[in-house]
Amino acid sequence: MVELRLPRNSEIGKGKTYPAPAGAKNVRTFRVYRWTPDDDKNPVVDSYEVDLDTIGPMVLDAIIHIKNDVDPTLTFRRSCREGICGSCAMNIDGENTLACLKPIKDIKGDVRIYPLPHMPIVKDLVSNLDGAYAQLRSISPWLQSDSAPPPDAERKQSIEERAKLDGMWECILCFCCTTSCPSYWWNGDKYLGPAVLLAAYRWIADSRDEHTGNRLDDLEDTFKLYACRTIMNCTQTCPKGLNPAKAIGRIKELQIERKA
Amino acid sequence: MTDSAPHIEVMRSQLGRARGLGAGGSGTAHWWAERVTAASLLPLSTWFIVQMFRLGGADHKDVVKWGGKPVNATMLTALIITTFYHAQLGLQVIVDDYVHGKAHLPTRILVKLVTSLLGLLGVFAVIKLVAAGNRRS
Repeated sequence: MVELRLPRNSEIGKGKTYPAPAGAKNVRTFRVYRWTPDDDKNPVVDSYEVDLDTIGPMVLDAIIHIKNDVDPTLTFRRSCREGICGSCAMNIDGENTLACLKPIKDIKGDVRIYPLPHMPIVKDLVSNLDGAYAQLRSISPWLQSDSAPPPDAERKQSIEERAKLDGMWECILCFCCTTSCPSYWWNGDKYLGPAVLLAAYRWIADSRDEHTGNRLDDLEDTFKLYACRTIMNCTQTCPKGLNPAKAIGRIKELQIERKA
Repeated sequence: MTDSAPHIEVMRSQLGRARGLGAGGSGTAHWWAERVTAASLLPLSTWFIVQMFRLGGADHKDVVKWGGKPVNATMLTALIITTFYHAQLGLQVIVDDYVHGKAHLPTRILVKLVTSLLGLLGVFAVIKLVAAGNRRS
């Protein structure tokens, strides 16, 4: 029933400390979550002392430095290093964000780095997002239209219709919002979570899509949509400055509108 | 090599799990009722608090007289029904959040039963109050 304690194998121990090179002046400690499936040990937090004068300004610069020059066993995802791929989503200084967009100087004291919360861990900072990706697929995030497209041109939208998609198409599916949501932690097997609901609303709001009613039908559920408790962590944490909570609110409004 | 491979209980695809049993087809009514009852409770509770201050220090006779007035009895009944209906909707949300597995359905039913009975008790108390007022006059 209600779980009040972490499972024993999730309790975090103290790990190794990697001191800064001699002569380093501008030193910061990075406390990084470490866990590997290769042994039966509990997760630990390793401390890496890094000379900030020798690396770039972002948290991602620091962990790339750690992997390249200090400890090659450290595992994390990264690709574009400019906030467009969503790979380096992790929990930094207690908040889900993209390591590539998070300046080290914005963090006071030690920099604590954990994987996205409450997901199964693959290794170290890599959390398993398979469930969230499948939930995205379950809402059919593509155009569904029964009218034939014009033979020689794209489907047209007015400027006003296109403007409705602003604030949604920018989502890069890093799942910072979904994994920051307590309701998703409690019922992530049934609740779709803010990222997927934002994607759902992106297609509900699209003037070219003709399956709006079916999309709303698929969300008419105590958990899938209505497990949103308007906690608003999603909007607060979004590294792209988007507002998933507003999109969820709009879906609820439309559900009321078609019933009234 | 005597070790057998670890037993995996769930091999269903992630998409199958995400789709699950499909949308339940309800949720909007509950969500909307929760908001409407919350908004209704604002004026009803304000009315109740004002009335309680006005009845401060009143004796049994005065309270019976107050409760015997149709407007007061109606407002009191509306307050009680709305309060316990809202409590039922809100507690169900808490149960949905925190109670998982086999305990979920029985806990849901228990919440419905207890809040309904408490509401009925309140309504019955109002009826008794009105009846007492009628007996005196």
